[in-house]
Amino acid sequence: MGSRRLKHKQGAPPTLEEFQAKKERHQHRKEKTKRVSEEDRSDETRRSKKSKKSKKNQEDDDEAAALKELKKAEQELPEVDSKELAAAKKTLFDDVEEDDEELKDEFDLEQEYENDEDDEVEERPLFSDDEEADMDELNAANMEALSMKLDEEAKLEEEEAEAELVETDKMQPRAEILPNAEQEAIEEQGPPDLTAIRTRMIEIVKVLEDFKTLGAEGKSRTEYVDRLLKDICHYFGYTPFLAEKLFNLFSPAEAMEFFEANEIARPVTIRTNTLKTRRRDLAQTLVNRGVNLQPIGSWTKVGLQIFDSQVPIGATPEYLAGHYILQAASSFLPVIALDPQENERILDMAAAPGGKTTYISAMMKNTGCVFANDANKARTKSLIANIHRLGCTNTIVCNYDAREFPKVIGGFDRILLDAPCSGTGVIGKDQSVKVSRTEKDFMQIPHLQKQLLLSAIDSVDSNSKTGGVIVYSTCSVAVDENEAVVDYALRKRPNVKLVETKLAIGKEGFTSYRGKTFHPSVKMTRRYYPHTYNVDGFFVAKFQKTGPSKFDDNQASAKEKEAAARQEAVEEGIIKDDFASFDDEDDERYIERSKKVGLLKKGINPHAKKPASSDKNKK
Amino acid sequence: MRQLTEEETKVIFEKLAGYIGRNIVYLVDNKDQPHVFRLQKDRVYYVPEHIANLATSVARPNLMSLGLCMGKFTKTGKFRLHITSLSVLAQYAKYKVWIKPNGEMPFLYGNHVLKAHVGKMSDDIPEHAGVIVFSMHDVPLGFGVSAKSTSESRDLQPTSIVAFRQADIGEYLRDEDTLFT
Repeated sequence: MGSRRLKHKQGAPPTLEEFQAKKERHQHRKEKTKRVSEEDRSDETRRSKKSKKSKKNQEDDDEAAALKELKKAEQELPEVDSKELAAAKKTLFDDVEEDDEELKDEFDLEQEYENDEDDEVEERPLFSDDEEADMDELNAANMEALSMKLDEEAKLEEEEAEAELVETDKMQPRAEILPNAEQEAIEEQGPPDLTAIRTRMIEIVKVLEDFKTLGAEGKSRTEYVDRLLKDICHYFGYTPFLAEKLFNLFSPAEAMEFFEANEIARPVTIRTNTLKTRRRDLAQTLVNRGVNLQPIGSWTKVGLQIFDSQVPIGATPEYLAGHYILQAASSFLPVIALDPQENERILDMAAAPGGKTTYISAMMKNTGCVFANDANKARTKSLIANIHRLGCTNTIVCNYDAREFPKVIGGFDRILLDAPCSGTGVIGKDQSVKVSRTEKDFMQIPHLQKQLLLSAIDSVDSNSKTGGVIVYSTCSVAVDENEAVVDYALRKRPNVKLVETKLAIGKEGFTSYRGKTFHPSVKMTRRYYPHTYNVDGFFVAKFQKTGPSKFDDNQASAKEKEAAARQEAVEEGIIKDDFASFDDEDDERYIERSKKVGLLKKGINPHAKKPASSDKNKK
Repeated sequence: MRQLTEEETKVIFEKLAGYIGRNIVYLVDNKDQPHVFRLQKDRVYYVPEHIANLATSVARPNLMSLGLCMGKFTKTGKFRLHITSLSVLAQYAKYKVWIKPNGEMPFLYGNHVLKAHVGKMSDDIPEHAGVIVFSMHDVPLGFGVSAKSTSESRDLQPTSIVAFRQADIGEYLRDEDTLFT
């Protein structure tokens, strides 16, 4: 599981078998410590015998000598606890055999976790007692060597203990994680027990991560996955279809992180409007208003992250004066990839509400021309409001179906297509995606995206001195809307190629996904996930147009394009051109031959004329 | 989208002259980057010329906005300046009023400028002249007309009005639905 998240969260409650396993481990260790203590005791008896010998020699001050010895031991090992000392005293002065029982009891009464410490501590006096003579001669010269020896031994001990732990863990037979039919029936009747479901999800993910060793016998991987998907639907509230779609993008553990990251909102971020102010000045004024903020990261020079604020961040005088705009950090990325230059002509095909458009305009320092298009008339209001508030005077706002381009106007230096999408990357922002998206959406939306991307490619001027760039981005993580669309465009328009996005962060796009293989250059696209960079789920691809094509002066309207695309989809069908074609003539021959073989097998001569049929013909 | 007629130009320039006076020549006469006025539906836009040329390729029903919106013609043929024209007006403003930080929010909520909130103001403002309202950090906040001349407003009560508000940047939030298109 993700370490970042787990740090802040209370750990999952231990399962029953984990608890039992722990108990057994403790039992095991207890026995071990007992063994050690017995050894210890035998040593001590030896020592007491020695002291008895000394008694004979120096009868007068035997007690004093013993005490001195003890004190010395104490100085050498200050960490020895009083309990141990008491034990040592007992063995020194009392009869050994007597208190054997008592000692055992004492160990039993001790709490389990204390044994860990005792293990190590008892080891040392044992060692020092054995080589008492050496210890007497202990001096500066051999001190280091001796202590190293001690350390080594302690290390060895630790390693052994660890190995033992691992072994017990492995040996531990896994309890049933998957519920049987009865349990499932009971579960479905009552209200869902979320903690239990959560625990089970974590368990299943653990099993799936290491299925060979942890999987229960007689259960297949799919059974685990099915159960996990059901639990995800229950726990997070996804439709089964969407849960599976998203789950398939990641490894099981990463998928869980993704689903959990979708439950929390991303941090509020703002972008400085460099047309009107500088980031440092803005940060200073906002701090004075009681806003707690910090730069987003090294990859952007205009972003600020808001932690908390005493004033509404969307209504300060600075906001109204257009010094900043509320914009998700992920929305910076496609514009940075687009890299607009001054005095260019740029098109933003789906511009509302204007965050990216105004960023483009600011990067161009209000020179050149930005066409901001949006298909939804109602949404152009907020687009125009933002453009005016931020003082972008080089813009033209129009309301077209973006597929009308290049019929309306073509020859752009750069085009940004932030395509309308299913929004699977912004579930944290809009929870309704969890239930509203169906299989149909994942057919229709990519269908539209493909047409939009082709229109974008056709509207770019390939002879542009500075540009000829198309950036395609979505706020979705689904492969159908991202890599598949990019791959489609590469197939349909050989006059474009993918180039590096030059973005500092991001994961590489998939080059193959569930049996589909994409063009190898699709690796140059970038993916963003909420659980890895704490931005919205996002996808960015950057194309460079290398040459003109016959489609560049395509005067088809959106309707005509739609009709053509439908026609094409019908013709292509589900079989793409990577499938073998049919050759009727060739097939005829094979059919003929197999018929002959069939007849021969039945014992009929295929060359002989059928009497019955000829009779019939005569009649 | 079309150019303004003679009549319309006259109406607009009369209005603008109330705020920026003779500076109006700088609006029309910008050698580096020639700007033009364009009328689309009932709104008047102030646009760099090359952008106005590009915008001709967009059909009238689909053209929502271009450049900077100065204001709109009312049905009765008068011209009304919008808050979006503030950046142009502030640049060439003739009469200015600066308001203290404690007066910013009341003004942005649509109230008139009170004497108590005025930090400083231009010396020679006559009565009922167009003024631009700034914050003390020189951030333009809106515009209006003076209620009294500068000399008269010196001995006003703290609660009396110095300038009547006509537009303020709070409208971006309050009137987003009606202000644009």
